Parts: sequence; structure tokens; C-alpha cells
Amino acid sequence: MTYEPDVRQRLERDAKEIIGRYPRPRSALLPMLHLVQSEDGYVTQRGVEFCAEMLGITPAQVMGVVTFYTQYKREPVGDYHVGVCTNTLCAVMGGDQIWDELSAHCGVGHDETTPDGKVSLERVECNAACDFAPVVMVNWEFFDNMTPEKAKQLVDDLRVGKDVLPSRGPNRLATWKEASRVLAGFPDGLAGEGVQAGPQSLVGLKIAQERGWTAPPAGADRERPDEPVKPGEVTDPPPNEPGKPIGGDVKPGSQEGRNK
Amino acid sequence: MTTLTPVLTRNWDKADSFTRAGYERDGGYRALRKALRMEPDEIVQAVKDSGLRGRGGAGFPTGMKWGFLPPSSPNPRYLVVNADESEPGTCKDIPLMMANPHVLIEGVIISAYAIKSNQAFIYVRGEVLHVIRRLQQAVAEAYEAGYIGKDILGSGYDLDVVVHCGAGAYICGEETALLDSLEGFRGQPRLKPPFPAVAGLYGGPTVINNVESISSVPSIVENGPEWFASMGTEKSQGFGIFSLSGHVKRPGQYEAPLGITLRELLDMAGGIRGGHRLKFWTPGGSSTPIFTDEHLDVPLDFESVGAAGSMLGTRALQIFDETTCVVRAVQRWSEFYAHESCGKCTPCREGTYWYKQMFARLEAGEGTDEDLETLLDISDNILGRAFCALGDGATSPVVSSIKLFRDEYLQHFEQGGCPFDPAKSTLWGGAK
Repeated sequence: MTYEPDVRQRLERDAKEIIGRYPRPRSALLPMLHLVQSEDGYVTQRGVEFCAEMLGITPAQVMGVVTFYTQYKREPVGDYHVGVCTNTLCAVMGGDQIWDELSAHCGVGHDETTPDGKVSLERVECNAACDFAPVVMVNWEFFDNMTPEKAKQLVDDLRVGKDVLPSRGPNRLATWKEASRVLAGFPDGLAGEGVQAGPQSLVGLKIAQERGWTAPPAGADRERPDEPVKPGEVTDPPPNEPGKPIGGDVKPGSQEGRNK
Repeated sequence: MTTLTPVLTRNWDKADSFTRAGYERDGGYRALRKALRMEPDEIVQAVKDSGLRGRGGAGFPTGMKWGFLPPSSPNPRYLVVNADESEPGTCKDIPLMMANPHVLIEGVIISAYAIKSNQAFIYVRGEVLHVIRRLQQAVAEAYEAGYIGKDILGSGYDLDVVVHCGAGAYICGEETALLDSLEGFRGQPRLKPPFPAVAGLYGGPTVINNVESISSVPSIVENGPEWFASMGTEKSQGFGIFSLSGHVKRPGQYEAPLGITLRELLDMAGGIRGGHRLKFWTPGGSSTPIFTDEHLDVPLDFESVGAAGSMLGTRALQIFDETTCVVRAVQRWSEFYAHESCGKCTPCREGTYWYKQMFARLEAGEGTDEDLETLLDISDNILGRAFCALGDGATSPVVSSIKLFRDEYLQHFEQGGCPFDPAKSTLWGGAK
């Protein structure tokens, strides 16, 4: 099944705008797949073909990308996609119990959707909100410091269409499709709503304010045992950098492992 | 005693901290005006002199990284911000971009100007919708104000900034995987060299920096490299956001000079939750070998943490008390690495999968002493044998936990099961 002409026209307009952001068209593929999900709710065959056609690549090349990323769904998900963090920190703080109770309460498991099509559940990895553990995400909005009771209530409310509010998010919860459109790079105008920071984000700042601690004023210097290290003195080879910490004394990528 | 030094977090308590008006009221975009009157190379030198080291985990000197760009190249240069924060325990860039996106945008403009790039990308993980909205709005506001676009503030300098959303893949925080992903492919790491500084995005010279690194640039330009270097330790200069999570009374974000200790931070955080004591912790996320209460006084700087056998990483201090089963914790991390391994390199793809299978048995009490040797052997065969550091990171919790808590593993085997009650570790289950 292909898109209706008016839908196709609208998607093409959006896709061209996305492609226009990048020096090379292929860079538009990830946002375009979010765009497909904003239309179809998941990555459909027609969505794959649309992306392939717009970018001049094959559907197989598109699928190769789709299958790599967990946010792209290959089956319909609910209007509200509920992700329970069960990575170590959240799991220990109660995420495992939340998952068990929520899954039993809804009668669906990982990557499954309730029969009414309202709610889908997923065990998600660390969502960078560990100080708010245990964390639940709904359509990628933060629900902080959850308990099994709160999580079940949340899902019940979602299923009957009651308003629920994220802990750090706008004053209404976007649907899965609406959220996907923002991820494609089309703002929904809700950036100004909601708190600027959650309470945990502010604990250090509050302590500093109470105790009168600040960074040193500009122009101040302090006695230093040595001069700051000069770039030339650093002898590390170029980094196999980062993004992520590395795990040992062997330079990653060097192909030199310690063998017994 | 070390005291906190709010710089990036300083305005987070203002309700409109994320707007341009709110940011400028607090002195925002002054550094940009100053920077545009400087020569680009002067800014690179200032960042070098500040001693700023990458805040994304590896701690490579930021200014030196910029200096690796070839002086001339037929291809355009790119600045790419790594906002794919996904390392378990790491939760500093996300609140930073939610509360103070303009400090990142100002840093992007200054940094791009310094490295003579006219195109910057912010690659943000896709699972943080409201953060993405705030970034999109901040970029739009900066365009409106003439801080991004053509002839910025009459300087003749042009820059475009694109917010690009990922789609759920931890590996895309690895810089070359990030580039592949940004080019529209599966996010798989590239073999280095060539390093991105020489051949990065679309084959052009590319600088990739973490959110917090780039966000630190405006304050360095405004206050001077000496100011920045006056904080921290001899070789780990400046401030950083320390993220406390887990079994502490007041988890959250604490911006402090590098070199502060966990003992000092715990004191500010009210200590371990009531009636419990510290068992183990990560200094910089799950990819850094775990520490115990013996390491409370290790200065949290790159050198000291390294000398003590771990890594400063992202200053993601995940704190676990004595109710936590270390085998369960490491099992879950191992499952994470198996899930997130991109599959390109055999040792990582297969090794993390074996970890996952073995840990399921060990936690269920069906392991043997010999299994621990097998785990260490697998670790030896992962470490350093892949294109990127994901596999290396996977070995950290495994090897360090066996070293520090071998008895606890053995206890599982002797009892035929886990001796811990997970209910006692929960937020609602165990505090007294």
C-alpha cells in the first residue's frame, strides 16, 4: 500500500526540508525514518520505500539502518510507548519491580502492545536520568522517581485518556506520532513549557548557594605548585576517543591485546 | 575542603534559564562577542592553555584535539557535538541541555569559529524529547538574534547549526560510530587512523567534542585560561559536573573542581541512605572499574583515579549500598553491553554475548569457581581487540567485581542462588 497523493505530497515536502539541512542527502535518513514513524506509527514497508526513493538508495539499505536502531519499530506501537529503565542503577532502585508489576498489570511483555492499541511496553536502557531513579519514559518524556503503584496508575490513566504530566516536560503529553515528528526535526512549540530543571538537578547548586560557594572570580589566580600542563608536554597518542570511557591500559583499536 | 564551583549549573534555578533572554540576563553571549574579536588561533591557544580535557570520558586535551586539524584541506571542516549521553550512570549533559542549552550553543559558535568551520551538528540521542525541544528552540533563538547564520554580529563569519536526533544506539556515542550514524548509516565505529581530525564527517576534517567540553569554552574565553586552570588539580584542570545516583540521601548534580573526593561529595549529599553503608561505586559510569569504600579519598581527577585502577570517565558516581548484589549489578551491565555491541568486531560481539549467558547462570547460583576463570579469560580476549572501546568497557565491571568480590560470586554457587533480597535495595524498600 502506498501513500495517498496528498499524504505523499506532504511527506515529500517534509523530506526535502530535512534533506536540505545536510551537505549530503543520505544524512537525512535517520530523521526521515522518524518522519515515517510520525505518519505511520512505525517503520512500514511503504515508509522504507519512500525513504529509499527520496534518497536514491535501495530499500535494503534503508532496512539495514532501521534494524540497527531500537527507536525504529517494525510493528505498530501504542499511542503511548512506556519504557521502564532496567539498566543496573534503575533496576536496583526498583526498576525491576516496576517492570514486573507493570508488565503483569498490562498483560503484555517487552516490545508488546495492549490489545486496545493504547500502550506498549519496553525495557529501556539507561536514559541519562540516574539521579531520578527509578525512571520511566513515556513517548520519550521523563517520569522521575517512579514506584510500581505510580507506574500502574500512569498506564491506567493513559488507557482511559486522562491527562498525565511528565516530571520534566511540557504541560501535555505528546502522542508517539507527535513525538516522532519532533525527532524528525519539526518543533511542536512546546519547548517553553515545563520546568527548566528537576529538583535533583539543583541539589549541588542549592548547597553552593546556602554555603556561599562560587567559582573563583575572573582574574583571580591561586598559588600553584607547577605551571599548568602545556599541550606539548602531554605525550598521549591521539585519542581513541571517547564518547565513552575506555576499559584498560591497552589502546583500543590498537589490536594489541594482553594474551595469556 | 573542596567547595562546589557552579559555572555551567549556575543559572539552572532560574525558571527561564533555557531561554535566550534568561541566558543573556546572566551574561550569556558576552563571550561570543569577545571571541569574534579574537583570532581563531588565539581561541585555540586559550583552550589549550586552560588545560580543558574532554568531558565525555576519555579526557583528551580539547585544545590539542583542535590543533590536530590540518592547516588546509580541500574538504570543509565540521564541528560535531556529541550529545549522545548514554553511558549507564551518566546524567549530566541531559539536564545541562534542558536547563541551559544556550551555553552549549554559545560554545558551539565560539568553537566552530576557532577551528574555522562553517557547519556544526549537535548529535543528540533521540530518547530525550524535551531536551531536543529545548535545543531546537535555542538554535532557533540564536539564529533570530544573528548569533548563528550569515555574517554573525558583523564579523563576516558564517555558521549553520543543525540539531540531529539519533535513534537509540549507545554505540553512537563513540565518535566514529557517531559520524557513520550522522552520515545516515548503521552506527559502527571506524578503524583509526585516520582520526576524525584528518578524515571525519564526509571525509572532511572534523572535531567531535562532548557537550560539557564545548559548554566550558565560553567561560574560558570570557574569564581566561588562567581562571579555568586555577580550579582542579595540576593535570586535571577546571570544573566538572559530578552526578551522584543510587543509594545516597541527596542524589543529583554537583559541579565541582576536578580532584574533589567521593567522601567530600557524599558529605554534601547527606551520605549513604539511612541505616546503610557504602558497598561499591563507579567513578565514571559502568565502563569504569568499580571502587569500594577503600577509595573514598581518591581525588576524582584523571590521574588519581587512573592510578587507583579505574577511570574518571564521565564522573557518573553510581552508589550502591550493602543491600545490592554485585553479581546482579554486573549481570545487568553485561546484558547492556551485549545489547549495545554493534556486532562489527567478533571479540566484542561474541564476548559480551557469552558474558550475558554466563551471568544468567552465575546469578542463579549455577556457576562454578572455574566459570570465574573463564570470565577473566573472555575479558582478556575482548580487551583491546576491537575497533572501539565498547568491549573494553564491558570488561571493566566484570574484571573489577571478580577482583573485589570473588567471595560474593562463590557465595552464589554455594547457596545455589542469590543471597540478596532485591526488595531491600529499592527506593521504597530499604531506607531507615
